[in-house]
Amino acid sequence: MSVRIQTAAFDPGEETNAFLATNAGAGAAVTFTGLVRSQPGDPITALMLECYPDLAINQVKAMIESAVARFGLIKATVIHRYGALRPGEPIVQVMALAPHREAAFKGAEYLMDYLKTDAPFWKKEETPTGSRWVEAKSADDDAKARWD
Amino acid sequence: MKVLYFAWLRERLNKGEETVSPPAEVRTVSDLIDWLAANDEAADLAFANRKLIKAAVNARIVTHDAPVAANDTVALFPPMTGG
Repeated sequence: MSVRIQTAAFDPGEETNAFLATNAGAGAAVTFTGLVRSQPGDPITALMLECYPDLAINQVKAMIESAVARFGLIKATVIHRYGALRPGEPIVQVMALAPHREAAFKGAEYLMDYLKTDAPFWKKEETPTGSRWVEAKSADDDAKARWD
Repeated sequence: MKVLYFAWLRERLNKGEETVSPPAEVRTVSDLIDWLAANDEAADLAFANRKLIKAAVNARIVTHDAPVAANDTVALFPPMTGG
């Protein structure tokens, strides 16, 4: 299990390859990369991600322990950036390794759903007309609640 | 007691952290929010909707009825929007 909360950029491909090389007994890996979204009709120039690192590490560790126990994962890793990010850059990477694919898919999805609502990060979008805090979405609460 | 603020709470209060010495009757997170609001107009406005205020004590998420003590670090913040 590994948690990395960092301002530095990461390479999703390199991270995936390193993760896959760590366990010969696994049969399935699911990796998810979240990117800074900027759409033509609603462009953003930058995303400022605020973080409370001490709490983030505690929260993400607890999520991973829970996911590993619940789905029988071999291991899981979460990388989450904070600070100033540009459109298209990776924000978050979730990787789940399991004996079979169902556990790996579910583990990665569970971790992402919990990250959205329970990890102390706050997004502020810089746009051509000003900046705005991203509001928490009830859809994200609903996505988490289906694991209850 | 150290209090940390994040995101729009930090902006509205114009500070990321402060050290406070609340009176002995401030026993819980809820008491602390009430006391901060009573002593500062900006805090009163920022904390107006208590449902939007989440809390952690010593880097553990808690509910508003959790106890707070003099040596604690209490964080107050809006709903999280990571991922």
